[in-house]
Amino acid sequence: MTGYILRRLIALLLVLLAVSAIVFFLMNAVPGGPFSLGERGYTPDALANLERKYGLDKPVTERYINFLISAVQLDFGNSFAVAGSPPVTAVILRTWPVTLHIGLYTIIVSFGFGLVMGTFAAYHRNSWVDNLITFLATLGITLPNFIIATFLLIIFGFQAGWGEDQKRWIIGPLIPGGSAILSWDYFLPVITYALAPLALVARYTRSSVSDALGADYVRTARAKGLSDVAIMFRHVLRNAAIPMVTVLLPQIPNLLTGSLFIEVVYGIPGLGKFFVTSIFNRDYPMIMGLVLLVAFFWGITYLITDILYTLIDPRVRL
Amino acid sequence: MSSQNVEANPTVPPTRLTPPTAPVVRRTLLGDAIRRFRRNRLAMVGLVILIAFLLVGVLADVISPYRYDQVFFTKRASMLPFIEPAHPLGLDNSSRDYLSRLIYGARTSLTVGMLVPLIAFAIGMPLGMLSGFRGGWVDFTIQRLVDIATAIPPLLFALFLLSVVGSGVGNVIFVLAITTWIEPLRLTRAQFLAYREKEFVTAARALGASDWQIVFNHILPNVLSPLLVAFTFAIPLAIFAEAGLSFLGIGITEPTASWGKMVGSGIGNTIRVYYHLALFPTLLVALTVLGFSFVGDGLQEALDPNRSN
Repeated sequence: MTGYILRRLIALLLVLLAVSAIVFFLMNAVPGGPFSLGERGYTPDALANLERKYGLDKPVTERYINFLISAVQLDFGNSFAVAGSPPVTAVILRTWPVTLHIGLYTIIVSFGFGLVMGTFAAYHRNSWVDNLITFLATLGITLPNFIIATFLLIIFGFQAGWGEDQKRWIIGPLIPGGSAILSWDYFLPVITYALAPLALVARYTRSSVSDALGADYVRTARAKGLSDVAIMFRHVLRNAAIPMVTVLLPQIPNLLTGSLFIEVVYGIPGLGKFFVTSIFNRDYPMIMGLVLLVAFFWGITYLITDILYTLIDPRVRL
Repeated sequence: MSSQNVEANPTVPPTRLTPPTAPVVRRTLLGDAIRRFRRNRLAMVGLVILIAFLLVGVLADVISPYRYDQVFFTKRASMLPFIEPAHPLGLDNSSRDYLSRLIYGARTSLTVGMLVPLIAFAIGMPLGMLSGFRGGWVDFTIQRLVDIATAIPPLLFALFLLSVVGSGVGNVIFVLAITTWIEPLRLTRAQFLAYREKEFVTAARALGASDWQIVFNHILPNVLSPLLVAFTFAIPLAIFAEAGLSFLGIGITEPTASWGKMVGSGIGNTIRVYYHLALFPTLLVALTVLGFSFVGDGLQEALDPNRSN
């Protein structure tokens, strides 16, 4: 097991290396640069000065090696575009907690409600309860989240006046100036963000639980005289967990790195907006930081998924 | 619980009960699937919605009262709907007839919605077939490629490509296809892995079938139905993605009409008065996506051979 995890971590490092190389050389190969864009052009002298200041006058290969050396020390360089050109790591540390709070609550809401709704629907298969839940789950995926966000903002923010409420913190920030641990401010973004994954979780839970309910071992358990609750928890849910883990866990990295659209509509000072601004400003250090952060999350999530398989199903060997 | 017991006992197909002298009722797998699909009311509703929208998109030039880019200089911009019979759904903020733009928007949104998965499947499916059927170093290479492609955030990559190739319908389709080919690859590979070791494949190989025949005549027909279902569910995602890019102002360029772009430009500060600019395209996107998911659910149930009724 330890050897397996170690091998997987090395593979993850190699993937990160490949990703960083592809992105680095690709973004440097395309025409244009961080200082050639915008309406106010620089004079050739000023441009040369700027490029020298940010080290852009050196050959790409040399810059990549320099980047790798500092990236190992978690230093991705200073942002070109964010005001005051702070280190990328500082920008991420400042904005990510906000995104992370919303993402964590979204995971709790969507997975919690989705699991309960899906199991309930599968248990009462083909009844009106099932139809209602399936209908709600379908509605959850019919609209992109920025549309839902806007309409919720109009209904609750403007019409009901929630935005004017001053006391919104339930649990304040741990460190002064940080983001609140629990606050009413998170309510609308979390609801908006949770709808689509909730629908997905409910649908997959329903289908895997109803597959498991039809299996022979359930009939045996029932013939043995086990109660419905015991069958559900001891047999059905454990067997239904494998397909659910496969589909649902990969949702988590997306939720934790935030949705640009939700942050734009609700004006959340999170990480999401940098996914767009960094590209359009050709903010090379920022792009590299974000790409590696997301890639790292993906790798870790897939590793955890594979480890969970062995815990859920003892037959799986790694 | 009684309904589950009924399902657990597979009913014997009626053809087997008929005596040999009686005329044989021919039942094909496809015929059964069509029958099951037609019995599913929601799926049929979805199909009707989709056919209607497709017709609107194809016949936009005929049924639309005006061109999508015709500007009515004499009229007040952002005219509310249901006021003037000549413009039943009002005008947009550039004084263009909103009904006409919604009609032409169907064409753009459905083109993007169908072409993106089509290209993505055209890239992903052959690679997945190769990876799942061949195994060995081919599989290893393709899987490492997938690892790397998965690790790059798709929105970031799409934005990057768009910033290089520029906006426009064709570029949006290309960029979205480039960022979504992994799912079809993964799905095809998993299916081929599962079927590669099945008895009928071994039997075919024992009879001397070539790899080509095994892949196309024996395995592919079996894996087509989950792929078709996945295709149906990929269409709304492509429509969403286009809407998202257009919402950010980097997808479809003016004056082309697209529902996603119309929602995006409609939900600004003026939405509390000119609600129609955001509401109508929103409803159309929702209806389209509902249609595709009803049809996808219906296909999933209809194409499942284990379900006999």
